[in-house]
Amino acid sequence: MTGSRIRARGWGWQHAGRDAPALAGLDLDVEPGERVLLLGPSGAGKSTLLAALAGVLGGEDEGDEAGELAVDGSHPSTLRGTAGLVLQDPQANTIMSRVGDDVAFGCENLAVPRDEIWRRVHEALDAVGLDVALDRSTAALSGGQRQRLALAGVIAMRPGLILLDEPTANLDPAGVVEVRDAVARVARETGATLVVVEHRVETWLPVVDRVVVLAAGGGAMADGAPAAVLGAHGEQLAADGVWVPGLPVEVGRGTRRPGAPLLELAELRAGRGGEPVHEAVSLEIRAGEALVVTGPNGAGKSTLALTLAGLMPPVAGEVLASEVLRAPRSGEAEGDRAPGRAGALHERRPIRWRPKQLATRIGTVFQQPEHQFVAARVRDEIAAGLRALRQPQAEIDHRVDGLLAALRLDGLAEANPFTLSGGEQRRLSVATVLASAPRVMVLDEPTFGQDRRTWAEMVRLIASLVDERGCAVVAVTHDADVERVLGDRTLRLGER
Amino acid sequence: MTTQQRVAEHARRPSALERVNPVTPFAAAVVYSVPMLLTIDLVTAGLALAAWLVVFAAAGIGPRTVLRRSWPLLLAAPLSAVSMLLYAEPGGRIHAQLWLAIISDRSLELSLAIGLRVLAIGVPILVGLVGLDPTRLADGLAQVARLPHRFVLAALAGVRLFGVLGEDWRQIALARRARGLGDTGAVRRALQAAFALLVVALRRGGTLATAMEARGFGGPERTWARPSTLGRADLVLLVITVVIVGLALGASLTTGAFRPVWEGAL
Repeated sequence: MTGSRIRARGWGWQHAGRDAPALAGLDLDVEPGERVLLLGPSGAGKSTLLAALAGVLGGEDEGDEAGELAVDGSHPSTLRGTAGLVLQDPQANTIMSRVGDDVAFGCENLAVPRDEIWRRVHEALDAVGLDVALDRSTAALSGGQRQRLALAGVIAMRPGLILLDEPTANLDPAGVVEVRDAVARVARETGATLVVVEHRVETWLPVVDRVVVLAAGGGAMADGAPAAVLGAHGEQLAADGVWVPGLPVEVGRGTRRPGAPLLELAELRAGRGGEPVHEAVSLEIRAGEALVVTGPNGAGKSTLALTLAGLMPPVAGEVLASEVLRAPRSGEAEGDRAPGRAGALHERRPIRWRPKQLATRIGTVFQQPEHQFVAARVRDEIAAGLRALRQPQAEIDHRVDGLLAALRLDGLAEANPFTLSGGEQRRLSVATVLASAPRVMVLDEPTFGQDRRTWAEMVRLIASLVDERGCAVVAVTHDADVERVLGDRTLRLGER
Repeated sequence: MTTQQRVAEHARRPSALERVNPVTPFAAAVVYSVPMLLTIDLVTAGLALAAWLVVFAAAGIGPRTVLRRSWPLLLAAPLSAVSMLLYAEPGGRIHAQLWLAIISDRSLELSLAIGLRVLAIGVPILVGLVGLDPTRLADGLAQVARLPHRFVLAALAGVRLFGVLGEDWRQIALARRARGLGDTGAVRRALQAAFALLVVALRRGGTLATAMEARGFGGPERTWARPSTLGRADLVLLVITVVIVGLALGASLTTGAFRPVWEGAL
């Protein structure tokens, strides 16, 4: 099998209802078998180009096309099975509920004869190194396994062009290497043309032989051998959010002044349905200090975070709040306090608090921001928690304006939260939690899938919570850089 | 894992019900329930239910599986029986009376028959249909029943998405508590949560459609990796169904227990 040829002349695309084109005036030639890393600032149209090459950009009602785009001489939307696409979210790539069926799906759609389908299924699973039974449930796979499954589903179609849209952005470090190595092997063995979009350049340098940088306004800004492009444009790329090797992000660190203990974990085991997912944890969470929780996928990091944040009951042991954390705050009326003797054990357990009490003491930022949104405008989103606390309107306006400015969301105050970009959604989700001024902030994978720029913003923001507001921060992450830059203490789960 | 191991694990021996094409239980349910709805009497319902329980036992479907799949009927059957007991048109000796509720010989008998009929029709249908593998059902609907494959496969993908949305709903509920929004306005809160879930579902549905299209979905022709055919097992199921219906109705007619619904049973 040989790779496909890509040719673009003055190509552009404008999504229906948008003021500016996602891409304009692109000239690009990719020879059969070339392996291209596609870079550029967010909003430069990288994903749009991949979708167009995969032929899934949609018809005239989805947007306007300009210029000429061809894969092997034909417009991609007229081709079926020539290009295969793997998307960023592992969940989105899984179509069928069993591993074998999922790989077979593409072949079926191409009307490949049945015997040939199963032969290809086995070959494809071997090629990506996925050693699981054909009838294994796809729901039981890890993120890295899912992405390799998606890759197997693509190569079983024998495409001339493999398109990968940030295939490793949502994976832990082990998963990243798994997927990268599978891609390298597949590219070598099939000779297919490869186009990868990914911020983490270092991961993909061993695989690609060419780097193309899209400019924000349209067209290609740089194009050539990886070393040459990174050498000439490294600074610019880093400023645009690309993780350029050799240019680490430095985040200044204020003086940390660890204060009073706020939460005490005593022989705590978190889990679902009565089954603990990790070994017992005992530690104190103190004001003005950042605790980083790391560990491989499935080690129970998120479950532990939700438990210490008072959202899930512990399976065993205790989460106990200190007197300091439970002291009434300005704005919390006496009547809002739970009845009972001061210091009674059940009053110290966050899971027993009412939502209003919890929000003023422990804030939680979830892995997927959209799970948190309740309002139709950014401004109302931030105000929602304050309204629930029955704050006076003047006070609400004052705090909301302060947070909008502090998190650079002031230009978006009237926008719908669901329409924001990934980085903006994440900043908003932090703002909504900060509104009720909790002393403990729990963040689940705050840097998941972020480019270098939004990553740095996020980490600076979290650092300022600790240094300036004196919060206790608990950050769940598999990102070694977060641990290095942010963490005062690290809790490792699932290491035997 | 070698290719042989993968296949070996793939090809474990299917159970009796798994050898039946998932489309067949649907056909059998129609063949069975229409004649069974003709009469309300203890003999028809009792015989049919007993016969099915014997068939299930012989097919390796134990009482626990039967209970697990048909438990809602154990609530529905007494409910319909009680309403029949109290409100059926009275006849024979009257045992008790309170306003419109009259318990008579006739309503006693009818209530037993109705309760048993709910079980006799419902239990075998639920045991046959609950727990059908969605993938095999989709294969059968497209290849045997010849429903349009685009529709069937889109529905199948949607079913898988449903499980994912369950987890989304849980996260949304936790996020609401975390934001202090769980105290008041249950209706408003539920509406907001439902809206958030809808947005997430639309987004997931959109990306799923893209992923399917990217794998060539939507073409005019396609092949099927998993054959879905009718075989002896399907014939056996239909024959068993017909025999049980014949046996139950025959016995009811012979013994004179037959009480057709059109003869004003109510």
